[in-house]
Amino acid sequence: MRSSVITFPGSNCDRDMDVALKKFGFNNKMVWHDESELPKSDLVVLPGGFSYGDYLRCGSMASKSKIMQSVINFAKSGGLVMGICNGFQILVETGLVPGVLLRNKYLEFICKNVFVKLDNKENTYFKNLNKDILEFHIAHNEGNYFCTKDQLKEIEDNNQIAIYYCNKEGKIEDQHNPNGSIKNIAGIFNKEKNVLGMMPHPERMIDQSLSGEDGSIFFKNLINNIK
Amino acid sequence: MEVNEQIAIDHGLKSDEYKKICLLLKRTPNITELGIFSAMWNEHCSYKSSRLHLKKLPTKGKKVIQGPGENAGVIDIEDGDAIVFKIESHNHPSFIEPYQGAATGVGGIMRDVFTMGARPIANLNSIHFGSPQNKKTKNLLRGVVHGIGGYGNCMGVPTIAGQTSFDSSYNGNILVNAMTLGLVKKNKIFYSKAAGLNKPVIYVGSKTGRDGIHGASMASASFDEKIEEKKPTVQVGDPFTEKLLLEACLELMAGDSIIAIQDMGAAGLTSSSIEMASKGNLGIEIDLNKVPCRETKMTPYEIMLSESQERMLIVLENGKEETAKKIFDKWNLDFAIIGKTTNSKNIELFFNQDQVAKIPVNLLVENSPMYDRKWKKSKLPKKNKIRNEALNKLKIKDVLKKVLSNENICSKEWIWQQYDHTVMGDTIQKPGGDSGVVRVHGTNKAVAASVDSSAVYCWAHPLTGGKQVVAESWRNLISVGAKPIAITNCLNFGSPEKEENMGEFVECVQGIGEASKYLNFPVVSGNVSFYNQTKEVGIKPTPSIGGVGLIKDYEKMISMDLKEIDNLVLIIGKTEGHIDQSLFARTILDEKNGPPPEVNLFNEKNNGESILNLIDKGYVKSAHDISLGGLLVAISKMCIKGNKGIQINKPKSLINEIEYFFSEDQGRYLIEVNKEDLKEVTKILNKNSVHHEELGIITQNDMIINEKTKVTIDELKSYYTNWLSKYMS
Repeated sequence: MRSSVITFPGSNCDRDMDVALKKFGFNNKMVWHDESELPKSDLVVLPGGFSYGDYLRCGSMASKSKIMQSVINFAKSGGLVMGICNGFQILVETGLVPGVLLRNKYLEFICKNVFVKLDNKENTYFKNLNKDILEFHIAHNEGNYFCTKDQLKEIEDNNQIAIYYCNKEGKIEDQHNPNGSIKNIAGIFNKEKNVLGMMPHPERMIDQSLSGEDGSIFFKNLINNIK
Repeated sequence: MEVNEQIAIDHGLKSDEYKKICLLLKRTPNITELGIFSAMWNEHCSYKSSRLHLKKLPTKGKKVIQGPGENAGVIDIEDGDAIVFKIESHNHPSFIEPYQGAATGVGGIMRDVFTMGARPIANLNSIHFGSPQNKKTKNLLRGVVHGIGGYGNCMGVPTIAGQTSFDSSYNGNILVNAMTLGLVKKNKIFYSKAAGLNKPVIYVGSKTGRDGIHGASMASASFDEKIEEKKPTVQVGDPFTEKLLLEACLELMAGDSIIAIQDMGAAGLTSSSIEMASKGNLGIEIDLNKVPCRETKMTPYEIMLSESQERMLIVLENGKEETAKKIFDKWNLDFAIIGKTTNSKNIELFFNQDQVAKIPVNLLVENSPMYDRKWKKSKLPKKNKIRNEALNKLKIKDVLKKVLSNENICSKEWIWQQYDHTVMGDTIQKPGGDSGVVRVHGTNKAVAASVDSSAVYCWAHPLTGGKQVVAESWRNLISVGAKPIAITNCLNFGSPEKEENMGEFVECVQGIGEASKYLNFPVVSGNVSFYNQTKEVGIKPTPSIGGVGLIKDYEKMISMDLKEIDNLVLIIGKTEGHIDQSLFARTILDEKNGPPPEVNLFNEKNNGESILNLIDKGYVKSAHDISLGGLLVAISKMCIKGNKGIQINKPKSLINEIEYFFSEDQGRYLIEVNKEDLKEVTKILNKNSVHHEELGIITQNDMIINEKTKVTIDELKSYYTNWLSKYMS
């Protein structure tokens, strides 16, 4: 299975994603933002970091990079595109997924383990996953997902919410919402479910010695679903 | 502008220093030259008050590849790998402008590390604030934490450990010490020594602006009420540019284009160019019109003294200019050939075709002043009288509650949760433990690092305090199963022109030297920050020690959380009941006098090495060193982290219960062992003559002390975890 990870100036989780993808069997290529063509890929990943320093709205500069036109075309033709953290912010800026990501409610960067609940397994990302609650890791300053009432209705009607912040038992409550996201949303799909944007970093949970192994479960399942 | 003595004094030079400059030059310097002298001869760059004493520190060892004198120290971690590390202060700027001051402190230390060819893999920090009641403290703390996070998070380097303290002596002068570790292949280390004639001198990175002019001079003076006026001397950080600079430099370093490289830190272009020339025993010629400037009409004086961040100076091999330029173009960074190396041994600056400065390099470096300042020896304070009566009135649970929720003990999670501590995917011990630990990417090895300081002990008796900080750093590494290798030190003191402060410095350095020599734990890099005082009030002497150790097999790493019910907890090292200068004495008894606990280096070494031996054999399930707050605080933290209880039985001894639980005797650890291993563990400890005793047995929940005091885990957690977040909300 072939994957591509895009490196923007200021990306800093690109290597971590490369390590994770390779560990679970992807033949991964790093792609520089200034390229115009994507290599042949079964999955394209926009990694975390601070593209262009996040000096303008997070992700907005990167969403206009040369490579992004190919990424958008790839997504529109049904290709799998996953944006993690800053990658999610970039996806939102391209309009591939709806909504915006605001500054965290308590105005502070937050780095910790969280639990997320899967809402929808009818997609390549989560199909066949034998768990509904995963322990992931977040590290962000702007992960407060927001959209309009109409958008929210549409997202819900189309089953586009991918994961919610919750507690260990899967309860989706306010006190388990780390950043103030509307409805505890931690990740969403596009309508067709081939594009996934999420704040948590599965690539930081791929080893018992790290924060945990639920990232391994996610990646193993993902590559099996693509095969 | 005609230079005279008054102008020199306004530049922070002393009258006789100015006379020396005129004498050495055999003429009056022009204003640009005066600026250069003042930058090179200030305390921050010249170490004029400290050099004499720093020479006494042990800096060599089997594992030391590079000691002090380069951008950072380098140690060998085997298999061709090396760790580059250093700690540095950014105290004055952080007090004036906490966000930018702290941010650029972090940026500066990371540049020091990647200048040597190493990719930064971990950041640490030691930050000290005034008392929580001081009205400035909260904003300074928030600003500093945001600044450290803002820079480190953007760079994608995990912040894995740190230390925070509060003490009224920092009310007018906070401390921000930042430390970075980088990983490099032993045969790809880059140095700042220029070599060869007519080699192009390259400027890369950000453009030069008017920010930070005289930053280093500011760091060499005391504060007064006009401090707010100094805001423009604080540099402004741009972590995004630094991230690009890091990647571009490492890309260039992968080839063979670079002869020497030096980051532009304190005193910017001045110190970087002069250091490269001085180390290479060469001259250097710079055309200042070629320096990329952010603002118009910048004068040679401003260009030379700007401390704009994210800039590097490189001496390239001839013919490599195009290769290098391509890389910096790719990363959208400025690249300019601004000069060349010469055999004149002078620094020569040109502006609009005129020569605007010409100074022999040796006058700036070798001839910089060195002072043998007067200093006052400290006496060991007298011990306080036995206070059984006062102690008997106290209830253990009340004391524990107060001590655990004290600002200097309580959990600092509010701080480190704002630092990305997991990026790079190799952090295997997060902040909040004895040391932070990161794996050496792609290997079975891991590197542990901690940063420590004990200003109260150093203040009570500098010699003992100096030793203690090194010993504590050593213990923190041992507690995670790492073999200690070397240290870096950041020496924060008051004015060297005052005998008491100078005495504190001299004796702390002596203590550091004695301990690091005995423990074979050499000093490989560091920095001195004097004049940490506002008006006449100096800070408590605060040497911060950053220790680095190696774990050969990261599967054997130890953490402090209690692991298994029915396991035993042993105390390693003897509890003598030393209460003077303990957190208990200062906060509960309100006693500020008395000597700090004694440091027995033989015991430190013996106990530490014995524990490493036990860890290696797999007998230790969890470990934690006993430090600030004493034994009961240490075991409480282990219970909280492991979510387990303990049944404690104080061994029969003559010491009062309170003294037993809250004294701060040195050289002690707590270790968790399986009952079945007890015999073998005891045998090893006895064989090594290590004092040990049983503290208790691990239970499901509740801490039960001598069958009469019960503290639930939830109570322990509430004492320990709430203070800081409440204070900051």
